[in-house]
Formats: sequence, structure tokens, C-alpha cells
Amino acid sequence: MDLLELARGPVLQAAAYILVGGTIWRLLGIILLAKKPDYSEARGPGGLGAAAKVIWSRAYTAEPFKRATLYPKIMGYVLHVGLFATVLLFVPHIVFFEGFLGFGWPGLPNSIIFFIGVATVISGVALLVRRLTSPVLKLISNFDDYFSWFVTMLPLVTGLLIPIRLGIRYETLLAVHILSVALLLIWLPFGKLGHTFLVFLTRGTTGMVFERRGAKT
Amino acid sequence: MKYTPTVGEILQAKGVSRRGFLKYCATTASLLALPPSMIPRIAAAIENARRPSVIWLSFQECTGCTESLTRSESPTVEGLIFDAISLDYHHTLQAASGDQAEAARHAAMEENYGSYLVLVDGSIPMGNPGFSTIAGISNHDMLMETVAGAAAVVSIGSCAAFGGIPAARPNPTGAVAVRDLVKDKPVVNIPGCPPIAMVMTAVLTQFLTFGELPKLDKHGRPVAFFGTTIHDRCYRRPFYEQGKFAETFDDEGAKAGWCLYKLGCRGPTTYNACATVKWNIGTSFPIQSGHPCLGCSEPDFWDKGGFYQPLSTGHFGSGAKLAGAAAAGVALGAVAAAAGRKRQSKYTKEA
Repeated sequence: MDLLELARGPVLQAAAYILVGGTIWRLLGIILLAKKPDYSEARGPGGLGAAAKVIWSRAYTAEPFKRATLYPKIMGYVLHVGLFATVLLFVPHIVFFEGFLGFGWPGLPNSIIFFIGVATVISGVALLVRRLTSPVLKLISNFDDYFSWFVTMLPLVTGLLIPIRLGIRYETLLAVHILSVALLLIWLPFGKLGHTFLVFLTRGTTGMVFERRGAKT
Repeated sequence: MKYTPTVGEILQAKGVSRRGFLKYCATTASLLALPPSMIPRIAAAIENARRPSVIWLSFQECTGCTESLTRSESPTVEGLIFDAISLDYHHTLQAASGDQAEAARHAAMEENYGSYLVLVDGSIPMGNPGFSTIAGISNHDMLMETVAGAAAVVSIGSCAAFGGIPAARPNPTGAVAVRDLVKDKPVVNIPGCPPIAMVMTAVLTQFLTFGELPKLDKHGRPVAFFGTTIHDRCYRRPFYEQGKFAETFDDEGAKAGWCLYKLGCRGPTTYNACATVKWNIGTSFPIQSGHPCLGCSEPDFWDKGGFYQPLSTGHFGSGAKLAGAAAAGVALGAVAAAAGRKRQSKYTKEA
């Protein structure tokens, strides 16, 4: 079995099992926790509407912080939109998803995906530089932050290298790319990348609690 | 002493013009990535070379390789070069059989000891000597006896080069490739199912011209022919870059000649010269005929998933295993939540 077959087969299988098992583990571990009793008088309904409102309102910055957070906000959006586009709109990726979903969708030409990928890597590097140069961010950052950044950037960089080659054979680069994706899938449920499936759950919960307590969201 | 004509004399006798011969030499130099200054040297070497003795051994194979090389569409110069070698043993083609055929092999080996070439098509069964025999001799014994006095060995086709279809899981005969057994002689692999005839003649030409074998890649294949992928040289590559793909074999994309990646094309991971040298006097190759590349010149191509499964598709195994992982997640989540609840109630009581 060569490296590509190993990556596409057993390694990707193991990563998928860990991703599925780990994600359900993390989600149930949180959802099944006992709800903390709140004895205060409810100042609002604290329903799903409040959850939706906070999910939406946290997508942009509140007025007083707009100037201060403009740079990381833009870079954060470029990073996330770029990740979505490169993962979901690159045709070989769509074919990959089609393999187990049973349906596909239209993709973008490779040159556009390449441009988006480069912009995404640049935004990732810019955010890392900010983390390393800001005293506050540096203080509150731990291994999880840096490793999560690393496993996110690795598939992007290895993916961009495939058309460039640098003298390395295509199948070797493809295998390394798939292995880097496997590393990402394995780490995703357990580190801060867990926000992939927790982001709307946590934001919604915050919104419901805040509204019940009368906080402006 | 018996007079042995040179290759040049044989070609002249067969009516090959000087122009046609030099064109062949120029094409071969180009294919081997040699400078134009080498063309006269190639021409002189071929013209003056004595007919090299070649012993062709066929083991576990379908004879497709021989068909590819002998059923040429017209007598090309490459074909005549083939005629110009002294094919002293080839049990599919030779008139002799049984003891007479084996005597011819032994005679060729004795007369040309240390200088003859051994061409092999087919894999060698190691599970039981009786799985494949010729004149009562097992494939293994015949190979080892014949290569003992050979200058070099050329594995023709994917079966001889990598084990081929006979070695496909579960490999019932214990089939192995020539390189798995022959360790003390130079072995060139010319894989393909079947391989391109031009590649073989070019390798023989290089051997005749320089007395050495071409530069090989990690799989023992001549780099000049197996140095780039089908995808890199494919005329449909621009469609891949534009994101234009045939979805089925009869849709508009297929009719427009768009990229066959989604139909399982292995071009990106297959190293061969099909897209440049092509087949049937440079007429076409599988992708040009509308079918994805199967990757037949790569090791284990028969065991790398379905031929029509796109290259980027993952092999996730059975859904049952994934459901098992999900069930394990549910169990772990329930345990984690129970432990969390216990901690919560402990803190609540303490508060």
C-alpha cells in the first residue's frame, strides 16, 4: 500500500470515526448537562428568538469596538469565508463530498479557488502575527490556539502546493494533503476548533440567558 | 563462422529508406530526451549493431503485451527494429515447441552468454510451482535459469513489472514481479496493460546505441517515458482548470470533450507517455477516445478502488463502522454528561 492509498483509506477512515465519535461525545457531554436553576424573576422570554438574535448580532461588531477590531474582523472573515470556499467550492472537494453524501453542487474554476486559497493563508498568517504581537492576546493564548491554527493552515498550504508541485510528485503532495486533513478532522472535536459545531449552540444559549436576565443583546 | 547481418543491413533489405530510418532515430532521440547531436550516433550504432539475442519469456499473462507489440497497424520502422532483433525464444510466436523450443533457448543462452537480453511478460507464481509451467519447468525456475547469463532484463507490461492482475487481492497464486526475484541484474520495467510499443523499441535502441539502459524512476521505469503524468500532458487539462467536467459518459460535457476527472480518471497519478506518444500511429489514447485513464502503468492499479470512482473520493469503509463510532460517541457523551451532572450537584450542595 503506497502513501496515497494509506492516506485515502485507513488514515481517512480512522479520522472520520474520531471526528464523528468525538463530535457526538462533545455535543452530548454539553447538551445533557443539568440546567442550572435560575431563581431570579424572568425579564424576558429567553426563547429561540433571543438565541437567533445573538447568533446574528455577534456576526458584526458593536459600535464602540468597531475601529479597534476592524483589522482582526476583516481578517477573520477572509479566513472563514476563504475556508468555506476552498473546502466547498473546489470541484475535486465537491466530488469527495459527493462520494458519501450522494449529491454534489457547482464549483468554481481552479484559478479562482487558488486565489481564494492564497488570500485565506495570508489572512491566517496576519491573524497569527497579531496574536504574537498583541501582549494581551499573547498572554491568553495557549497550545490549543497555536495547534488549532497549525492544523487549519496545514491542509490549505499543502492543497495550494499541489498545483505548484515544487518538484514533488503529485500523488505524494495529494497524500500529504489528505494526511493533513485527517489531522484536522482528528483535532477538530477536542480543541478550540470545536467552535465549528459549537458556535451557534453557545451563542444561542448566551442569547437566551441574557434575554431572560434582561441584558441588551 | 556464421555471418550475422547488422541491424542496418536488415533494415535496408526490408526496404526502409535512409530518410525513414533517420526520422526514426530523430524521434527516438527526442523521446529519450537526448540532444539532436546524438542522432548520428544513434543511427551509426543501430546500423552497425549485430542483431542482439533476445529471449522472451511469457508467464502468467494474457498475451496482450505480445499482441500490442506484434499486431502493429503497419510495418513501422519501430516494428522493423523489432524484426531486426534476434528473437531466439518466444513460445507464442516461434514455430518450434516442446524440447525443440527449449533447445533453442539453451542454444541462445550458450552462444550469447553475458550479452543477451531477457524480456519477460507475465508475473511469476510463487504459491505452487505447478500453477504455471512451460515444458514442465516452473516459471520461477525458467526465469532464474535464463537471467543467469543475461546482460539485462526488461519486464514488459504491468504483470511482469508489478505482478499485475494475477497479483490482485487475494493473489491466489502468490504472483510476484520480476524485480522481486531478480536482484543481481539490471531490470527495466515497461509497465502498461499493455505497454506502448514505441517505449520498448526506444529502450532497446538506447541499449543498442549506448550499451546501457536508460535512467529509471523509483518503480524501475524509464524516466524519459514515465517522468510526467498523463494529467500533465493531457489535452483536456484546460477543462480541468476551468472546472468543466463530464458528469456521465453521454452528457453534454462528454460530447464537448471536457475533463473526465469526475468519471474516475487516474491521469493525475499515472506516469506514462500515452498522452504524447499515443497509440495506433499516434492516432489516439484512452482519454481522447472518451474513457478515463485506468492508471494501468502504476503498481497495484487493479486494487485501488473502482475505476469509475473519482480520484479525490475517500475510502471510508463500511457505514457500520461509522455508526459504531457514532454509538461510541453517544456512550462517551452520556458518561461525560453524567460525570458533569455529578460535579454540578456536588457544587450546588456545597453552595
